[in-house]
Amino acid sequence: MAEVLFFTFATIAIGSAIGVVIARNPVGSLMFMVATLAAVAGIFVLLEAHFLAAIQVMVYAGAIMVLFLFVIMLLNLGHEYKRDVKGGLWSVMAFATTGVLGGLLVRQLGRSADAPTFLTGTGGETIDAALAEHGAVGAIARPLFTDYVVPFELVGILLLIAVVGAIVLAKKRV
Amino acid sequence: MLFALQVTVEGAPEWSPVLPGLVILLPLLGFVINGALALAHARRSADAVRGGGELDLPAGDMPLTHTLPTWIGPGVMGLAFLIAAVNFVGMAGVELHEPVIRTYWTWIVTGSLNVSAAIQLDQLSMVMMLVVTGVGFLIHVFSVGYMRDDPGYPRFFAYLNLFVFFMLVLVMGAGYLLMFVGWEGVGLCSYLLIGYWFSDREKADAGKKAFIVNRIGDLGFLVAMFVLFITFQTLDFGEIFSAAPDRIPYGSSMATIVTLLFLLGAVGKSAQIPLYIWLPDAMAGPTPVSALIHAATMVTAGVYMVARSSVLFALSPVGSATVAGIGVLTALFAASIALKQYDIKRVLAYSTISQLGYMFLGVGVGAYTAGVFHLMTHAFFKALLFLGAGAVIHSMHHALHHTHKDEDWDAQDMRNMGGLRRHMPITWVSMWIATLALSGIWPFAGFFSKDEIIWATGAWAGAANAPYPTLYTVYWVLALVTALLTAIYMTRLMVMTFHGANRTGEEEAKHLHETPRVMWIPLAVLAALSVFGGWINVPESISESFLGGFGLLPMGENLHQWLEPVMAGAHEIQAQHLGEISHQAPLLGGGELVWALVSTGVAAIVVLIAARIVGGQKHVAAVDAAEPRGLGRVLYRKYYVDEAYDAIIVRPVHALSRFSWRIVDSVIIDGTVNMVGNLARAFGWVGSLFHTGQINTYAFILTIGVLAILGWVAF
Amino acid sequence: MITEALFVSALLFVIGTLGVIIRRNAIIMFLCIELQLNAVNLAFVAFSRSVGIEGQVFVFFVMTVAAAEAAVGLAIIISIFRHYESVNVDDFNLLKW
Repeated sequence: MAEVLFFTFATIAIGSAIGVVIARNPVGSLMFMVATLAAVAGIFVLLEAHFLAAIQVMVYAGAIMVLFLFVIMLLNLGHEYKRDVKGGLWSVMAFATTGVLGGLLVRQLGRSADAPTFLTGTGGETIDAALAEHGAVGAIARPLFTDYVVPFELVGILLLIAVVGAIVLAKKRV
Repeated sequence: MLFALQVTVEGAPEWSPVLPGLVILLPLLGFVINGALALAHARRSADAVRGGGELDLPAGDMPLTHTLPTWIGPGVMGLAFLIAAVNFVGMAGVELHEPVIRTYWTWIVTGSLNVSAAIQLDQLSMVMMLVVTGVGFLIHVFSVGYMRDDPGYPRFFAYLNLFVFFMLVLVMGAGYLLMFVGWEGVGLCSYLLIGYWFSDREKADAGKKAFIVNRIGDLGFLVAMFVLFITFQTLDFGEIFSAAPDRIPYGSSMATIVTLLFLLGAVGKSAQIPLYIWLPDAMAGPTPVSALIHAATMVTAGVYMVARSSVLFALSPVGSATVAGIGVLTALFAASIALKQYDIKRVLAYSTISQLGYMFLGVGVGAYTAGVFHLMTHAFFKALLFLGAGAVIHSMHHALHHTHKDEDWDAQDMRNMGGLRRHMPITWVSMWIATLALSGIWPFAGFFSKDEIIWATGAWAGAANAPYPTLYTVYWVLALVTALLTAIYMTRLMVMTFHGANRTGEEEAKHLHETPRVMWIPLAVLAALSVFGGWINVPESISESFLGGFGLLPMGENLHQWLEPVMAGAHEIQAQHLGEISHQAPLLGGGELVWALVSTGVAAIVVLIAARIVGGQKHVAAVDAAEPRGLGRVLYRKYYVDEAYDAIIVRPVHALSRFSWRIVDSVIIDGTVNMVGNLARAFGWVGSLFHTGQINTYAFILTIGVLAILGWVAF
Repeated sequence: MITEALFVSALLFVIGTLGVIIRRNAIIMFLCIELQLNAVNLAFVAFSRSVGIEGQVFVFFVMTVAAAEAAVGLAIIISIFRHYESVNVDDFNLLKW
């Protein structure tokens, strides 16, 4: 059952990703992106990362993509349907390079997955134990607020900076 | 200040020299002061630096820069001579067998080379010191009068003093390296003084020629020093000469090489074949310079060097024979050219070259004392001749200048002179004394010195184990012939200049007059020396005969005995390998006295005949004279040697430099450097192609980079 | 499952890279970068099955930073648009030599 679901989600994710790259209309690209995000969220669930799946959908697909959409609307893009994909030789070169990169990555990741330390890793059991004890949120919240509280605070400050920065940058100069 | 330096003395403890360093330092001090005065004058006006022109100041209005050198220039010389004389007296009172060496400081210490600033006081250097400072002093006094109207007056004395300083370093140095310092220094001063009137291109070129030709010879000296150092690990005279007989076998190629290399150096400095060409051109300098440098002192440096290295030359029969051969050939060659020259200074220049040839003949055949003796007497009468010529030129110049005839008429051309004895009697008499001395007439100085050289050549030709008897006999004959030629050209000079009708012109002749006292007193002193100077080295066979007043005249073998300790090493080698010297002439037999009588008699007859012939010829002024024809023309044109050198050496060197400049430097070297620059630009251009400004490109290259790293990690 | 997830992650990443290289629209390029980030998140979560909860914690941070970055980046794009009147990256070539 899990296999079938996984395969479905994977296909959707990859197909939508290709769609993001190929779509002519920016809004179309965006929609495909949302679909990818949703599929990846599904894979998250299958990997027992429930909290992250929820966050993915809410924050990523819900907020960030909406932001993108706002900007696209604001800039009134999409009216020129001229192809903005670089043509010919460039695409071939890019395709080839990224193909090689992809092959290498797959090979390496496959190898690392077969490494002894990896196969005997007990991470999965600990997560399951934490999930059982503290729930989906608690399993992440606990390390976040104890071991990693400093990065947590820093990320908060980062967000503040981002907000201020975005406002300053986008302000119309009068 | 001198005593503050660490001074070490080796040698005879019985005699301690009196301030010998001061002899060298006084001329240097003169140079500094006169040089400062020259610079001070240059700041105020361009006159003092201008190499030529007239000084536009009335005599009573001379600035300090033009009055002080009058006292400082000759003054330091006089003082130096006095100190040298005091030391001479001291040295004469003691039987000095080893040279006294005063070391002042250590100069070079590197590897096994250890050279100190040291002076060597022995009989030979004492003779040279006296000659240099004495004759130098007289010439300085003469220059006070001669150069009075010259704008660069202080500069002249500065250079003259500097020259004497270097010459003293040369003759007093205790080793070859110090001698070389002096050697180079006198070459430099020669250049400065020959090109003294540098605003005239020809005169400046003459100075350049002298220096460059000198330099060619210096190469020989340098390489000889290298060879000596390799063999002896030292360059000090004492150590080399005491070790030489053991370290260098008689007649070995090492001895020949060293002596021939030194000969090359001497040939450059002392104007022998093939490097004599600079000396006639050097007459472009002021006449006192010609007198001091190119007659009495600098050109004799080569002879001194050979005399000093007598041990080395005695060890090499080939080297000695070559020295003698070049000497006698040069003597003959130069004498023949002098027969047909019209510039009074040129005749004297070729005469100097010829007499230097005699000196080299002397030291070449092994008669080192005779060579030095002739050096000394030659200094007297040649300096006298040059100063006399200077007086003549001085007068002629004034005379021609009054009527502005000097634009077309050369004040130095003998064809423009004639009958000057009526106007310049003192000069006339002094120069005749010098002429007779030079021609070898008894009892004047040149007779004894020249005669001794010629006799020695013949005597060594007949020595018991003489290496080249026939060759030396040929030398002897050539030397005799040259003596005749000498008498001829000198008489010609005297007759054309002082006798007969005056060709200068009526108006001009009224302004010809004798020179002031400051100029003819040195002439008189030198004349006296030319008369009596030869009496210090007369062999017994002559001094006991009627030529020596049967022993009543104060003649004797004084110089020979004086220099014996210095020449002992060489004499020992000669006695060992050459055997007993002969007492008969090689051809026609006869002893020393007979040949002395014959040579002086023949010389006297030749003088009279030549005077008759030249007096009887019709002479015309230079502007109206035609160029000589036939053999005369070849002699007048100096056998076209300068033209030959120009074609064979100078032009190819110029072509080579032009090639080096235009092609090697501009094209190859600059091209290569530029090419490197252009390569960098090319690389830059290639690199710039990556900067498209497009983000996609940058992302692509990023990806390639990641790929590369990943690939390297994976494999 | 972990291995397959990793493969998916690799593919997504590569597709994202392709998008960055071949698209001219600045906003779409940015979107593809977000896709790359997402792929990395997936890889982290997959590894967390073997390593521990730290993987998921890190994903949390990555998402946060991605959000901040998106905000600022889009603000920049807007600001550039005001100047150039287009979001075609070919027009932003001031870095050309």
